[in-house]
Amino acid sequence: MFLLIILHLFYGVSYSSIKRGVKILSANIVEIRGLSFSRGSKVIFDNASLDIPRGKVTAIMGPSGCGKTTLLRLIGAQISPDTGSISVQGKDITKLSNKELFRMRRDMGMLFQSGALFTDLSVYENVAFPLREHTDLPESMIRDLVLMKLQAVGLRGAHTLMPSQLSGGMSRRVALARAIALDPAFIMYDEPFTGQDPISMGVIVQLVRLLNDALKISSILVSHDIHETISIADNVFLIANGKVVGAGSPEELMDSADPWVRQFMQGLPDGPVPFHYPSQSYSDDLWGNVEC
Amino acid sequence: MRTRLIELWVGIFVVLAIAAFLMLALQVSGLSDFSLHRKGYMVKAEFTNIGGLKPRSKVVISGVTIGRVTEISLEKNNYDEFVALVNMMIFDEFDKIPKDSSAKILTSGLLGDNYISIDPGFEEEFLHNDSYIELTSQAVILEDLISKFLTGNN
Amino acid sequence: MLIASLQNIGGGTLSSLASIGRASLVLFRAIFARPDIISGFRRLVAQIYSVGVLSIVIIAISGFFIGMVLGLQGYTILSRFGADQALGQLIALSMVRELGPVVGALLFAGRAGSALTAEIGLMKTTEQLSSMEMMGVDPVHRVIAPRFWAGQISLPLLTLIFNAVAIVGGYLVGVDWLGVDSGAFWSNMQSAVNFKEDILNGVIKSVVFGTVVTWIAVYQGLNSVPTSEGIGRATTKTVVYSSLCVLGLDFFLTAVMFREL
Repeated sequence: MFLLIILHLFYGVSYSSIKRGVKILSANIVEIRGLSFSRGSKVIFDNASLDIPRGKVTAIMGPSGCGKTTLLRLIGAQISPDTGSISVQGKDITKLSNKELFRMRRDMGMLFQSGALFTDLSVYENVAFPLREHTDLPESMIRDLVLMKLQAVGLRGAHTLMPSQLSGGMSRRVALARAIALDPAFIMYDEPFTGQDPISMGVIVQLVRLLNDALKISSILVSHDIHETISIADNVFLIANGKVVGAGSPEELMDSADPWVRQFMQGLPDGPVPFHYPSQSYSDDLWGNVEC
Repeated sequence: MRTRLIELWVGIFVVLAIAAFLMLALQVSGLSDFSLHRKGYMVKAEFTNIGGLKPRSKVVISGVTIGRVTEISLEKNNYDEFVALVNMMIFDEFDKIPKDSSAKILTSGLLGDNYISIDPGFEEEFLHNDSYIELTSQAVILEDLISKFLTGNN
Repeated sequence: MLIASLQNIGGGTLSSLASIGRASLVLFRAIFARPDIISGFRRLVAQIYSVGVLSIVIIAISGFFIGMVLGLQGYTILSRFGADQALGQLIALSMVRELGPVVGALLFAGRAGSALTAEIGLMKTTEQLSSMEMMGVDPVHRVIAPRFWAGQISLPLLTLIFNAVAIVGGYLVGVDWLGVDSGAFWSNMQSAVNFKEDILNGVIKSVVFGTVVTWIAVYQGLNSVPTSEGIGRATTKTVVYSSLCVLGLDFFLTAVMFREL
């Protein structure tokens, strides 16, 4: 304790950051308890709980519109839940002040579906953006860092281009370089594989795994591309109708006895989720009285 | 390079706006009217009625502007009657205005502004700072004219 | 039936109050954003370029034509009463007091306001604002505040240019073409226009309009539905709301400023 105060006085290291560093890191980087969230009258999460382990690639899967992206926004505290708690690194983010929240977000990287590069800045400036905002590093060091991050995603040669000159896969990789610029504790990927050609999809699949292991970070992957996801995920959560319906390693889920999980994981066209939208009987519709 | 160009344009923009402001201030509202900054000497005149004469109305001889009204105040004259005391500044280059000149208040056009017109006299002595123009005739008030015409007591 | 419509009225009132509240919050945070002196200034300059400099051309051309039309119309009417010397004062007073600030603000809403809304809406749609937030940078400080101040600064400057160009246009038509005496044109104008009452009040008007138009533009952009259709609707809303606000506010400002004149 005394040592901490001395550190604080002499080196200007903020007390809370020391405390954060000293604190024994919990096994879970994100813990969600009793989360409920609804948008208008539509219930998106209904008393859902899940833990995201540290140092692993965790996939969150589910049918379209089940609230996977919403979950990432909740973890990033861009929206707040109706009830329940979300703790990131042991802190309940629903109770943080705005200032603490912006601090906390430096520990999170997020890769948006569209990449979300700033269109008026070059690739180099995009990756440099978080560094310039949050550090006082000299320009030469920023340059080294930016080139290192770009090297990690294989786009060091493209640092002079503008975002409009990049292909979809490339802009996602640049966004990834930007997300890891501040060396976050974990990265959230929002549908990173959607709309990619097989080659760039392969590149991103490999990058997610590689970055997770090389940088010793944790990854949260939201996707509904089963094959790519299970090839790199350590853990999978299946979400449907606002609840966690399945959890475990990819293999466990593949062999699950639950018919819904089986249908989703194996991509069967019919099962608990029917092929047909609920309707009156087919023959009634064709031969019966028309009501419209 | 691009930022340089942008900064240059913004600079031009600001300069243009300042120029426009100066034009509005000087040329349009006549804020620091050059004629007020021109040097001149002050001359006074008393009128029984000045009509719509205002400070900064012009003073002319044969239609040429030779000065401006600077100040108007209500005073009592020697006979204890209320009169309007008009201070006007005559520009220095018009320094040969005879002392016995007369001043009258005229209207430009039927509905226009009032101004002071000076009819030069013949004396050898000239108006100088703080001198009085003794001979004045008041503004012609349209309503007075009409009522005189109607009642016919001319 | 009655209850349902009452409910609609209540709901509408609540939601519009809520959106006014949110908009005020944005305005408040943008105004009191603690700027980073050097880079903040550079961002401001860049925004003044895209908001102000790029509007100069439309403002100058419209001003020129409005001045010429005023000159033409004013001359035909005034010359009927033999008062064509009063042309200068007619043009200057109507420009400086009313037309300059109001028409300038309307043009500004159409040119710069809609562009601001579309730009911010697009940044929202492409998740640039969200990603900024996730990087721990407050978009209100970073994106909204410089745009707000740029609009706030640009409109009064543009209005000054607009007025000056219009008066020159009126001069060209009245004096060079229709033959009003040049000296009478300027001197009547100068004796009629008062610097404090007319010119400064006109500038105050345009400052108020600048605040309102940029505020609406920025808020509509932030509040737009993140689809291409939503951006289109937000842009339309910006132009409609700011035009209405400018015209309405102009009445009140005129009533307060020129009551005694």
